[in-house]
Amino acid sequence: MGQHRKRAMILSFIGMGFGQIYNRQLLKGIVFFFVHIAGIYLATLLPRAIWGITTLGEQADQLKKVGKVYVNIRGDHSIFLLIEGMIVILAMIIMLFIYVANIRDAYQIGKLREQGIKSNNFSETVNYLLGQKFPQVVISLPLMLVIFFTLMPILFMIMLAFTNYSSPNYLPPAKLVSWIGFDGFRDLFTINAWNNTFFGVALWTLIWTVCATITTFVGGFVVALMVQKRGIRFKGFWRTLFIIPYAIPQFISLLIMRNMFNGEFGPVNQYLKYFGLGGLPWLTDPFWAKFTVIIVNIWIGFPISMLMIIGILSTISKDLYEAAEIDGASSIQQFNAITFPTVMLSFAPLLVMSFAGNINNFNLIYLLTNGNPVNPTYQFAGSTDILITWLYKLTMDSGKYNYASIIGIFIFIIIASFSIVNLKRTKAFKEEDQYR
Amino acid sequence: MRKSDLKSGFNFGNLLCYIGLVTIGILCLYPALWVIMSSVRPGNALYSEHLIPTSFTLQHYRDLFATYPYAQWFINTFKVAFFTMIFSTLLVTITGYVFSRFRFRGRQKIMLNMLVVGMFPGFMSMIAVYILLMQLQLLDTHLSLILVYSAGAPMGFLYVKSFFDTVPQSLIDAAKIDGAGHLTVFRRIMLPLSKPMLVYIALTSFSGGFVDFIFANMVLSTPEKQTLAVGLFKIVQGKFATEFTLFAAGCVLVAVPLTLLFIVLQRYLVEGLMAGADKG
Repeated sequence: MGQHRKRAMILSFIGMGFGQIYNRQLLKGIVFFFVHIAGIYLATLLPRAIWGITTLGEQADQLKKVGKVYVNIRGDHSIFLLIEGMIVILAMIIMLFIYVANIRDAYQIGKLREQGIKSNNFSETVNYLLGQKFPQVVISLPLMLVIFFTLMPILFMIMLAFTNYSSPNYLPPAKLVSWIGFDGFRDLFTINAWNNTFFGVALWTLIWTVCATITTFVGGFVVALMVQKRGIRFKGFWRTLFIIPYAIPQFISLLIMRNMFNGEFGPVNQYLKYFGLGGLPWLTDPFWAKFTVIIVNIWIGFPISMLMIIGILSTISKDLYEAAEIDGASSIQQFNAITFPTVMLSFAPLLVMSFAGNINNFNLIYLLTNGNPVNPTYQFAGSTDILITWLYKLTMDSGKYNYASIIGIFIFIIIASFSIVNLKRTKAFKEEDQYR
Repeated sequence: MRKSDLKSGFNFGNLLCYIGLVTIGILCLYPALWVIMSSVRPGNALYSEHLIPTSFTLQHYRDLFATYPYAQWFINTFKVAFFTMIFSTLLVTITGYVFSRFRFRGRQKIMLNMLVVGMFPGFMSMIAVYILLMQLQLLDTHLSLILVYSAGAPMGFLYVKSFFDTVPQSLIDAAKIDGAGHLTVFRRIMLPLSKPMLVYIALTSFSGGFVDFIFANMVLSTPEKQTLAVGLFKIVQGKFATEFTLFAAGCVLVAVPLTLLFIVLQRYLVEGLMAGADKG
């Protein structure tokens, strides 16, 4: 092995940047060295991080008698320990990547020097990074953000599923949380009250998702056909008019709807009474509440599918219809043979995506009914609660964090399983080696 | 001229169609109209005999500004939404650009993982993000909201990527021969060619920052720092049962800017949406 690469590698192994300085890349070496100092600081945090994650704390807050008064002595906060530990470990992993890159870099440059090639100066290095290494450099920032603001929280959530973190007995800082493995899963699926709620809510989630997806699609389709119908004028006007439900911020229109469907004072029942019909318990009866949720969702959701379907319809050549007409095809036959298949072909992947979106349609349920009316046989859930709103209630209202995490994992598995299949079929994801 | 065109004016099918369109149009407009009318109605009750009030008042709007720091909320909201829009758009387009135009080790894996990670329901992770923000001393700041909203943006890269995939490689090659770097290609070729997509992304991220009331509610604790969505949501939770008309006025003020934005930009929206539909 040549002298330069060996020495540079060993130096960089001892301290980040040393090899680079040896390779006469002073600035680069100094940058690496600062990273090294940060790494040392991080390493001092590591033992406590590992201790925190494995034990989740050993001593909760407690009252101690000092003289005549009781004083609260700060103990370990299990959840803080868990998250802080994870942050440190993730940062450490990133640090290790940089460390390995530093050694490899020293080796490579050393090798080049042996071949008599002068090492890059700092501005040349920068140019190299923005040229050859452009994708890696640019992607690192979004990646870092995703790791700390999305991945870390998700890992945290998955870990919670294996703890007993829940109110009232295992709620820090007064109490400690501990690892309980799969006991939480077992309890959720075997304790009667809980698995009853789980299957009830899951079933309604399924019904809701299917109904919501189909009704908005069909609604959008019908309206699109009407707007695009031959002989209908002011197409632009109609389209703008029908975009309004989509343009109004969802949380506003949902809060408005909640008032409109108010059983006692809302205008909907007022009109029904005006026409001599009795009012309906739109939001207070389990069946009608479910019905209302789906109706309101059509109102909110049809504009998007209408816009897209109008777009698809406008790509169909008029010649096709004329040819069909000459062959004597009725308009129903034309629809079955031309319009419907074309729309389905383009719309199918979007349908799957909207299915996935509806499983997690938190806003609609939360703002419209808040899961109500209350279902006495359910644990912390109402009749219109879907899994995601139940999860929210378990977290925010009743503090059953570990069960909420288990439900979160469950939702994820469902959504991920068919989204991934769907994604892999899309052009954007397939490995396309020549550009279109 | 074909037969069907000639008689289109008296066509029975078309008449039915117009009736349908008008009905749907009324249904689309009614809730908005109702809330606007409620907001100028004297008194504070939800119930009213008529849709159009017998007398008008702007008292509720005045009350809104007198009782709550509504003007401040407006400024806060625009600040948060604006910067979220800038950073989100920047992050997601650059991510889409890299995945669309470069081949590097681990590319497919990173793409798939980012998409999978994006499918997790977010609420549980809010606790972790909250504690992370606490460690960074960012609680109760607008910066934290902008940071968190923008940090989530890169996961929507697939849409951008599918748009960038359609830009002809020959254009880029030509620019490179002229000495353009990757960033120049991005700024001078990719972005200008994808205006509908940019408008679509900018608009959705702007409105995302504008309307979030759950996470913002968790992070912002001082009333002066709240955003419109949080403020309005608190009004609803607090005393909307007794002050419905006040709430209606609040709704109108929050909804008008965004609704107008969507309607003005609808041409881009349609194109942007279609681009997504085309490529699936």
